[in-house]
Amino acid sequence: MSEKVGVYICHCGTNISGTIDVEDVSVWAGEQENVEVARNYKFMCSSLGQDLIEEDIKEKGLTRVVVAACSPHMHEKTFRSACERAGLNPFLFEMANVREHDSWTTDDKKAATNKAKALVNGAVQRVVHHQPLELMPVEINPNTLIVGGGIAGISAALELANAGNHVYLVEREPSIGGHMAQLDKTFPTLDCSACILTPKMVEVGQHPNITLLTYSEVEKVDGYLGNFVVNVRKKARYVDEEHCTGCGICIEKCPFKVVDDVFEAGLGKRKVIYRPFPQAVPKYPVIDTENCVYFLRGKCKACQIFCPTEPNSIDFEQEDELLQLEVGNIIVATGYDLFDVGKIPQYGYGRLANVFTSLEFERMVNASGPTDGQVVLRDMETAPESVAIIHCVGSRDENYNEYCSKVCCMYSLKFAHLIHERLPDTEVYNCYIDMRTPGKGYEEFYRRLLNEGTHFIRGKVADVTDVARIPQEEGKIVVQVEDTLIGKQRRIPVDMVILSPAMEARHDSREITQLFKMGCDFDGFFVERHPKLDPVATMTEGVFIAGACQGPKDVPDTVSQGAAAAARVAGLINLGTVMVEPVRASINKEACSGCRICNNLCPYNAIIFHEDLEVSEVITALCQGCGTCVAACPSAAINGAHFTNDQVFSQIEGLLWDVRATNGQERKPEIVAA
Amino acid sequence: MSEQFEPVIVGFLCNWCSYRAADLAGTARLHYAPNMRAIRVMCSGRVDPQFVLKALKEGADGVLIAGCHPGECHYVEGNIKALRRFILLKRMLAQLGVEEERVQLVWASASEGKILAEAVDKMTEQVRALGPLRWQETVLSGNGQWVEATPVLEEV
Repeated sequence: MSEKVGVYICHCGTNISGTIDVEDVSVWAGEQENVEVARNYKFMCSSLGQDLIEEDIKEKGLTRVVVAACSPHMHEKTFRSACERAGLNPFLFEMANVREHDSWTTDDKKAATNKAKALVNGAVQRVVHHQPLELMPVEINPNTLIVGGGIAGISAALELANAGNHVYLVEREPSIGGHMAQLDKTFPTLDCSACILTPKMVEVGQHPNITLLTYSEVEKVDGYLGNFVVNVRKKARYVDEEHCTGCGICIEKCPFKVVDDVFEAGLGKRKVIYRPFPQAVPKYPVIDTENCVYFLRGKCKACQIFCPTEPNSIDFEQEDELLQLEVGNIIVATGYDLFDVGKIPQYGYGRLANVFTSLEFERMVNASGPTDGQVVLRDMETAPESVAIIHCVGSRDENYNEYCSKVCCMYSLKFAHLIHERLPDTEVYNCYIDMRTPGKGYEEFYRRLLNEGTHFIRGKVADVTDVARIPQEEGKIVVQVEDTLIGKQRRIPVDMVILSPAMEARHDSREITQLFKMGCDFDGFFVERHPKLDPVATMTEGVFIAGACQGPKDVPDTVSQGAAAAARVAGLINLGTVMVEPVRASINKEACSGCRICNNLCPYNAIIFHEDLEVSEVITALCQGCGTCVAACPSAAINGAHFTNDQVFSQIEGLLWDVRATNGQERKPEIVAA
Repeated sequence: MSEQFEPVIVGFLCNWCSYRAADLAGTARLHYAPNMRAIRVMCSGRVDPQFVLKALKEGADGVLIAGCHPGECHYVEGNIKALRRFILLKRMLAQLGVEEERVQLVWASASEGKILAEAVDKMTEQVRALGPLRWQETVLSGNGQWVEATPVLEEV
């Protein structure tokens, strides 16, 4: 086989040429078999660099191109387009990664240059076996699935729906709103959270382009970009949504109350048939079957008896509904969990009654919360005379989470402000490690608090205890902390302690990643395609992420990420058809023995077996191109486009150019059936 | 400078996790042994045991296969298939007299540049300690002739 290969070695300023002798590599490459021309240039990705390739293709009639530069994840597209512009099929191009995989990983110039030659030679040998391929068109279903009805999901849903696209919004809880609905005020403007959120929730509930599926969970996701098929389980509410008017009489008449540990964070109670909060969207209540006396003992039915609608809206026989949705794109906005403060026993949560979590306090100061906005101790009547707020509980702590949860400083400041507002004579102590207030108006809010008389103590709290050492500590909770600014240990007796726990990934985030075929990092947060430049896309085409499921963030960041994900989806919908890489498997019918080994290996069930012909066939539309079947076929009948056996074998030979000779062996016997 | 044996290791890195881990190691300027030469495959499940044998036969002293962590495979479970094949391949290589350390499988996610770099460093040291593979003497008979009695590779 004789091909004309052009080899281009990039200096990348000095990123590559500082470590690798690019001149030596290009001269050496020029002497290799099939290489027509080898050049080096300062910046291959610049338009001048690309022109070099285009001119050579046209003038020298190159049939293959190799660029040795950065990672193909960075510039493969750039150079493929250059080839295409010059009339060469873009798949007759190969990139050798001599920057990320070579020059940046060592100071040893000799070794780096030698490795660069190997990588270039591997690419040259491989590219000779490349075949021209065409991109495959994929139609984009204009419907979108959004998972999670918090503020991220809500903002994404509204952006898409207002642009005229249909959205399915799936939420696990009986109402949308997420954590934001539980908050009292938002920092630093002190807007009432519900006042700014509920209009958006109502808009979602009434939007003609949004199908709202609350109390529902995604069970299965099949398909690929543009054509996902999603199974959703709509759990039985035991309330007929068609006839229920949301009047709430059933809730009023229900004779049983239980502790609400979801919305009220365990601080308040709710009825057994309930709406999480008065402004819930949708307005239909849900029966909590675990606590309902009818479901437990077969008696009561008060809700049904008093339901005024005709026909009656309470349906004890209702069953879970299984829905199948067809969507083109998916936005995952599943939010966060709060760190379980019980994991830090020295902070006394659960042992000392008046140690609260931030979420409990948030519900407490909320005018519609269990105490009607009164700041009180666990007895629900005494106002505290002093409060300590402990920052970084479970954050910035190598025993729990190393990262900073970003929002805790700000909401702890907000708590201090709210306490001053409600109880002007109460002393407030904020114990912080570092005060982190980056954001518009955030630092100003901190300044404001400094002037409001809050006591700021810089130090990590060691212990929270009720063991008194001196009479003044009797009956108090004592916060033991080193004040690092004055260099002294302090014991602060207070009535109430508020812990500001870390934002953590959802407890089931790993299962979610498997469902949507995404990745999550060590902490369980979903991994974005690029941390800087592509923060809402994932490695899976057509699956996007938004909000705190990607990492701790506050409301404005979450809203913008929701909108950004929506914009990405809207762009794809607008295109209607997108072109995807033709890296797919195909089976040579002549060679297939019909053994069916590949059939069960395919994770996408993309391989079918023709009983009549006794051969298998790959359904191209379902194949994702992983190549597992190619590796497994005992007859070498499966071809993995762009990653063929030939190509990989040649690359191996090329990579080992320097040791093949010294290994002192003949190329034969050929043990490999290529 | 004393002459020391520099092993050559061929790396098969999956496109989604380990290749990006290697990219990240470079971007973060983590220095590690320049002995590993990477080949990008879409999934560690694409690594045909023949690739490993071919690399060893062509003069590599070791082969590193790297993929996404179990449960995090971009293609659901390709890495599990890779693991399965790897275990079988190891048994076969042991019968051929190829030391265990020469063919290794590691998991490195896209954010674990450090893990990949450390794996390369560690493996380079191990293979350096073993010395060159000398496929000809180890696997083929002394005179370089193909011996039919050795496990038949075509069946892999």
